Amino acid sequence: MEDITTLDNRLSIEKSSPGRRALKFKGRLKHSAPPIPENLRRKTAPRLAELSEFDVVRHFTRLSKINFSLDSHFYPLGSCTMKYNPRVNEDIAALDGFTGLHPMAPDEAAQGTLECLYNLQTLLCELCGMEAITLQPAAGAHGEFAGLMAAKAYFAHKNQKDRVEVIVPDSAHGTNPASAAMLGFSSINIDSGPDGRVDLEVLKRHLGPKTAVVMLTIPNTLGIFESGIETISKMVHEAGALVYMDGANFNAMIGMIKPGELGVDIMHLNMHKTFSTPHGGGGPGAGAIAVKKYLDAYLPVPVIKKEGNRYCADFNRPLSIGKVKAFFGNTGVLLKAYAYLLMHSPRELGEISENAIINANYAKALLKDYYPSHSKDHCMHECVLAPSPEMMAKEITTLDVAKRLLDYGFHAPTIYFPHIAHEAIMIEPTETETRETVEEFASAMKKISAEALNNPQKLKDAPQTMPVKRLDEVQAARQPNLRW
Amino acid sequence: MPKPEEARYTKTHEWIALEGDQSLVGVSDHAQHEMGDVVFVELPKMNQKLEKDKPCTVVESVKSAFDIYAPVAGEVSAVNAAVTGDPAIINQSPLEKGWLFKMKAANPEDLKTLMDWNAYQEFIKQGVH
Repeated sequence: MEDITTLDNRLSIEKSSPGRRALKFKGRLKHSAPPIPENLRRKTAPRLAELSEFDVVRHFTRLSKINFSLDSHFYPLGSCTMKYNPRVNEDIAALDGFTGLHPMAPDEAAQGTLECLYNLQTLLCELCGMEAITLQPAAGAHGEFAGLMAAKAYFAHKNQKDRVEVIVPDSAHGTNPASAAMLGFSSINIDSGPDGRVDLEVLKRHLGPKTAVVMLTIPNTLGIFESGIETISKMVHEAGALVYMDGANFNAMIGMIKPGELGVDIMHLNMHKTFSTPHGGGGPGAGAIAVKKYLDAYLPVPVIKKEGNRYCADFNRPLSIGKVKAFFGNTGVLLKAYAYLLMHSPRELGEISENAIINANYAKALLKDYYPSHSKDHCMHECVLAPSPEMMAKEITTLDVAKRLLDYGFHAPTIYFPHIAHEAIMIEPTETETRETVEEFASAMKKISAEALNNPQKLKDAPQTMPVKRLDEVQAARQPNLRW
Repeated sequence: MPKPEEARYTKTHEWIALEGDQSLVGVSDHAQHEMGDVVFVELPKMNQKLEKDKPCTVVESVKSAFDIYAPVAGEVSAVNAAVTGDPAIINQSPLEKGWLFKMKAANPEDLKTLMDWNAYQEFIKQGVH
């Protein structure tokens, strides 16, 4: 019997039939461009799919239907803040005035865009309790890189080049030590205490004249707030070092806490997480870095300034680390973030983080007897759970639970991260999910737990309802077969 | 090749065992079990200087990439090319065939500062990491 799935999974090129067309042009196309010189013309026709319009519609509609996406499913991917991205953001970023602007246009011709970026800078500084900012970095890790580079320039300028160490707790995002290493710092990994927070004694032991920066992820990857942050900042400053905050989890703090007031010197923000711009599939993102006044001079050029009633891009910054991204960064993404901020009053911004925290704690509470939490404390915007000991006794792993969730119509949470939690299941519902959705998700998780005890094979065989079944990840990684 | 009971262990789950004037280093059976199927191994370079407790190479499994820390100070004297060709060896035989590299310890006495088999079993039971 013919395999129906194989037939269905054909690529557009495999459905091609010579001469078939979606659009037919009468006569020859007239174009005003000069003809392409003979030696630059290709000898053979490009291998493009030749399809009817109906074929094209069906092909892409089918692909969109098998796509497991935020638009069709709850997506509780911890550490990713997969919140609803208001569609109006897209309309605003697509306005002709923005999209029609030439990237090399002089400031006088770009006043509208510059004004938006300037206002966004001001709003973000206010939310962070910071005094200067750059919008250039393309994403969070790029922000870390640029932020640490500014810190390096700061110490070089102060003649403290022997500050070569960056301390990173094991509860931080994995990009933190990587960014430090890329800049030639040696990154020192410190173990967190039993409650998942920074162990002040351990930190103290590692702080010294060689310390440049201490990088904290707040809330950390266990979803826990670093309640000792003010003490930590004080210790770090006394050692002459700087505090960097990975703000990827800012969705848990926005409108409630200003990191600058807690002693943070440098932080990055992810527009594509907290500020509702789309992400996944490789971007584009945007990762602003906000800093205190004494680090302003080292930020990348240009910084958008206001002089009188005019906005301008300031390149005259002799201590700057230079450019880290073309033009003003991913401007479209920044405009979406600006639109999102304008839609919320200061009080509503606080409600974002409140509801994100409530949703995560609600999920955690609903699941406490089935998937115990790594931490006894309340969590912030995400919780880290694991299968119960009874489930594990049936040799059920977190991977099995994640695969089975797909059959229940939920995207799998982040799994096996953070490393410091055994068999981690990291759930971040975000504030934009309703109470009902969180309950439906918890109910599916409970059913899976029951299945694990009564019929564990069901989990081992999952997913059953997806276009592809359980993939052989080991084989795929050991002997990758890269083709299409 | 070492028996598990004869090796010494680190808190980061490497094992080290003296063999003549060199020491074999690998990941413990407990560690390979926790990591899951190993899919990629990077080995240190020959003669690479090793600092105690500093990452010296990487083992990657389906779950994540894991740093391997030097159990004691010294210098790399041989690497096990077999594990890069077939990383599954680490899961199948973490102590015998799945050793990662040999090293010359700066001070062989340092090995005695590490956990012995019984202490390591106790360490795992506590479930610290």
